[in-house]
Amino acid sequence: MSSSTVSIPSTHYLNNGTTLKSWLLTKDHKRIGLLYLAAVTFFFMLGGAFAVAIRLELVTPAGDLLSDANYNKAFTLHGVIMVFFFLIPAIPSVLGNFLIPLMIGAKDLAFPKLNLLSFYIYFVGSLFTMYAMVSGGLDTGWTFYTPFSTVASTTAVVPAALGIFINGFSGILTGLNFIVTIHRMRAPGMTWFRLPLFVWSHYATSLIQVLGTPVLAITIVLVAAERIFGFGLFNPAVGGDPVLFQHLFWFYSHPAVYIMILPAMGIVSELIAAFSRKQVFGYGFVAFASIGIAVIGFLVWGHHMFVSGESVYAALVFSFLSFLVAIPSAVKVFNWTATMYKGSLSWEIPMLYAVGFIGLFAIGGLTGLFLASIGLDVHLTDTYFIIAHFHYVMVGGTIMAYLGGLHFWWPKITGRMYNRTLGKFSAALVFVGFNLTFFPQFVLGYLGMPRRYHAYPDEFQVLNVLSSAGASVLAVGYLLPLFYFALSLKYGEIAGDNPWGAVGLEWNTTSPPPTENFPVTPVVTWDAYEYPTPVEGHVV
Amino acid sequence: MRSGTIPLFPEAASTMASRVDGLYFFLVGLTAFFTILIAVLIAVFMVKYKRRTPNEIGARIHGAMALEIIWSVIPLLICFGIFAWATDIFLAMSRPPAETMNVYVVGKQWMWKFQHLDGQREINELHVPVGRPVKLIMTSEDVIHDVSVPAFRVKADVIPGRYSHLWFEATKAGEYHLFCAEYCGTRHSGMVGRVVVMEPDDYQAWLAGGVQEGSLASSGGKLFQDLACNTCHRPDAQGRGPVLQNLFGKQVSLESGETVVVDEAYIRESILMPRTKVTAGFQPIMPTFQGLVSEEGLLELIEYVKSLKTDSQVQAVRPNTGGPAANENTPAQTPPSRN
Amino acid sequence: MSNGAAVAHDPHHNPNLAHHFESMEQQTEASILGMWVFLVTEILFFGGALMAYMVYRSQYPDAFALASSHIAILPGAINTAVLILSSLTMALAVHAAQTGERTKIMFFIVITMILGAAFLGIKAYEYYEKYEEHFIPGMGLQFIFPEPEYQQNAQIFFSIYFVLTGLHALHMIIGLGIMTWMFIWVKNGTITSEYFAPIEISGLYWHFVDIVWIFLFPLLYLIGRHVHHV
Repeated sequence: MSSSTVSIPSTHYLNNGTTLKSWLLTKDHKRIGLLYLAAVTFFFMLGGAFAVAIRLELVTPAGDLLSDANYNKAFTLHGVIMVFFFLIPAIPSVLGNFLIPLMIGAKDLAFPKLNLLSFYIYFVGSLFTMYAMVSGGLDTGWTFYTPFSTVASTTAVVPAALGIFINGFSGILTGLNFIVTIHRMRAPGMTWFRLPLFVWSHYATSLIQVLGTPVLAITIVLVAAERIFGFGLFNPAVGGDPVLFQHLFWFYSHPAVYIMILPAMGIVSELIAAFSRKQVFGYGFVAFASIGIAVIGFLVWGHHMFVSGESVYAALVFSFLSFLVAIPSAVKVFNWTATMYKGSLSWEIPMLYAVGFIGLFAIGGLTGLFLASIGLDVHLTDTYFIIAHFHYVMVGGTIMAYLGGLHFWWPKITGRMYNRTLGKFSAALVFVGFNLTFFPQFVLGYLGMPRRYHAYPDEFQVLNVLSSAGASVLAVGYLLPLFYFALSLKYGEIAGDNPWGAVGLEWNTTSPPPTENFPVTPVVTWDAYEYPTPVEGHVV
Repeated sequence: MRSGTIPLFPEAASTMASRVDGLYFFLVGLTAFFTILIAVLIAVFMVKYKRRTPNEIGARIHGAMALEIIWSVIPLLICFGIFAWATDIFLAMSRPPAETMNVYVVGKQWMWKFQHLDGQREINELHVPVGRPVKLIMTSEDVIHDVSVPAFRVKADVIPGRYSHLWFEATKAGEYHLFCAEYCGTRHSGMVGRVVVMEPDDYQAWLAGGVQEGSLASSGGKLFQDLACNTCHRPDAQGRGPVLQNLFGKQVSLESGETVVVDEAYIRESILMPRTKVTAGFQPIMPTFQGLVSEEGLLELIEYVKSLKTDSQVQAVRPNTGGPAANENTPAQTPPSRN
Repeated sequence: MSNGAAVAHDPHHNPNLAHHFESMEQQTEASILGMWVFLVTEILFFGGALMAYMVYRSQYPDAFALASSHIAILPGAINTAVLILSSLTMALAVHAAQTGERTKIMFFIVITMILGAAFLGIKAYEYYEKYEEHFIPGMGLQFIFPEPEYQQNAQIFFSIYFVLTGLHALHMIIGLGIMTWMFIWVKNGTITSEYFAPIEISGLYWHFVDIVWIFLFPLLYLIGRHVHHV
């Protein structure tokens, strides 16, 4: 099959059935990926709106834009929406769903109906959470610490918790689907060590989804039982232990951050390989690093609790393990950089995002060492340093990779290319705006500005103003793609099967692909990212 | 420390602060080093290996075991080093010196109450002298709060139902921010205060000038009598409860066979849930005082027990009238309220 | 890049073979692996609650033993026997499915369901007893514990008791639903000796719910055996 056709096939998954029902009841993993794309984009904008409120408020030291209560709801909902309804599902449910069957040479995931169910579970969970938003809001922080969330908060804690509980099952079932798919649905010849690293990352992510999310579920059940029935599990007045909640919560929520970063790392491997036209350096090490991060990631939750009263002994163990978990991430960064050595590098937009990821993830990950150092974490915990750290990895990391992935696979998903100039401009705005927003927050954190404060001492104002200014630039950078991606659907240049000249089974089928992905099941005889001969592609 | 109008760095006003700062600067340097290294490498590669023809591909390089080992082991060793350094600092932070000036802290939505042992009470403000180790013994009346003093680089959660500690030794007179650093509800950002560090003479003057209500221990002695604790806990071992003289800080055996150290937490638990850790050789007959004693009352009783040494005893405000047949049926009294 | 051999479309393939699978074997293996992965998530789910149980039990061993001693053992023991028996009948149903004996499968599914319903009935009776004895914490009810100095910590025991047994009962109810669905599929001929994976995976689920109970019974009912009431 030639890869230089520059046309859109007459039938493909997008026009194979055009009724609303064929979309809402689809079992095609590609369409389900697009349903998720619409949903997560909506929630990203909603979470972003709360971020705008926060940054506007923080321009002045006094709490003068929002009342105390409303500010607390703003940062809580920003966190809840971004973590549970955007960062955790976005890459796996949009790109993972779309690409994994294509990348392994399968017709669909193992359980297509379960995949659709996962989407609707996500949707129902989001309805509960949005109901909570409008019927009292939520002011517990996304971390729901007891006894405030069980006894003192007067907001819609139970509906919100229920929404997150339900949403969790979406993640669990998606993870289950990916695990079974990767084990059982690989095309002939597609051995484990020929899999693209995107698949390895999603496998590791799915392990975490499946093992960690149920613990969040039971934690939420216990909090809801406390709130609804008045059980006293976390209430010190009846002998309960509020810190037990923190252990149960962080046992999931720390691995959750690896759910957020591992798929992003998978994208970066694909982008670096494609835009260096070269195998990922140390493929085996990168693959096992993903598994290593997943496993060690379950052992470090106590580093969120260094000042919560855990024993010195426990703190030392968690600190040590937290340093260990940094190593596989470092290994990946070095391997990606080495991949670029003697590659054939192109400055396309996905590559810009990938390179941006590496730089920002390096900073974000290295600042994690500050926090693993207990003696230093005592000063930094619960300050803006933490906020800066996790935004560097989750926004400078995950969201950059997500955007890079969208820009890379958009032609495959839609058959069209987008406006490259706007894309590069957007990427530049995102990079500059991001750093201006979050770098000052490292300084603010060391100065001691606590998180979740909307009124602060005057001397912190300049740094806050810089941060808010950056946020406005970042916002534009995020809004532009909505615009030019939409435009591309009608006016975009036709991309063809393989506009980037990349290696991967997804590029061996049409853009957009047919519903069954491949007219005939491929038989794989080559390694991942093997560029054996000059590749013909769409000339830029 | 300021540079123009942008502060970059908090004051270092405690003995631990410079140690924390040292580690911080090292890590800043490390982060800068590796980030710049990677950034430069990538920039160089992006230019040097820029694609020249549309069909060009990269070199066929799988990997190099030697490199993988080097860039796994070296970061690992660096991490071990940082871990050791940070642990050293942390252990110093978690082990207060033997002699500390203790201050009790009660946090509640949305204010801080500080109680000096000699009776001084402060709201949202804490006066301490330069050069003396100070230990804060803290609890919350409602949800979890956190005492954070950035200038001292200290922080600890303040939890309902138990005591937590932090210690510092201030090195510079001045006023420093004190923040609540665990989200606690509506006025979390308003739950702020300041630590006022004074030269020793000024501090003495401040102490003397305050309204004296009696030391915590003496108030505790009064409470001890009001609640009739003295009927069972007698210094002559004739009472139904253990002798409390010289007890604080000792190890005791329990009925269950375990041993515990008599510290603030044990005394508090014994007052609120007396039958969970009964001293060996005694019956589980002590009634609970949950609801009858406030958090401040508990602190006063603790200080009173601490003060019970056979050589120097704090005088209770009312003389002890009890003999062996001390009144078990103390007349009903309204519980003392201290808010 | 070359693409390989075409997969012949087998006109005689099993009507239950979904089109994204290459063979029945692949489909069956996938569904069984899927159910095992799901059961792992369930272990973690109950595990969180068991963690809370273990933490509090080590903190308040006497209160927990005392509280447990107030729970009547007979209904719990009967329920344990009922569930183990139901796992046997479920295994027999799967065995019958392998040989395609329709009536037998339906018979054993029904017995399993009757036993499951019996379990739930006895559980309901136990819950009612708790209500009568004032052992239900919170819910606006009065919690009264015979030994008042342990009242608070006993309340924690019973909170965990209700969370664990309540979640378990919920899983049993879902199990009954699954059994009903399987019964219908056997009755209408969907299940054959070539396609009985659904029965197998339903069996796996049922056995799992049984095993959870095997953990709950000693932890909740039997830890107070040494305590003698006055």
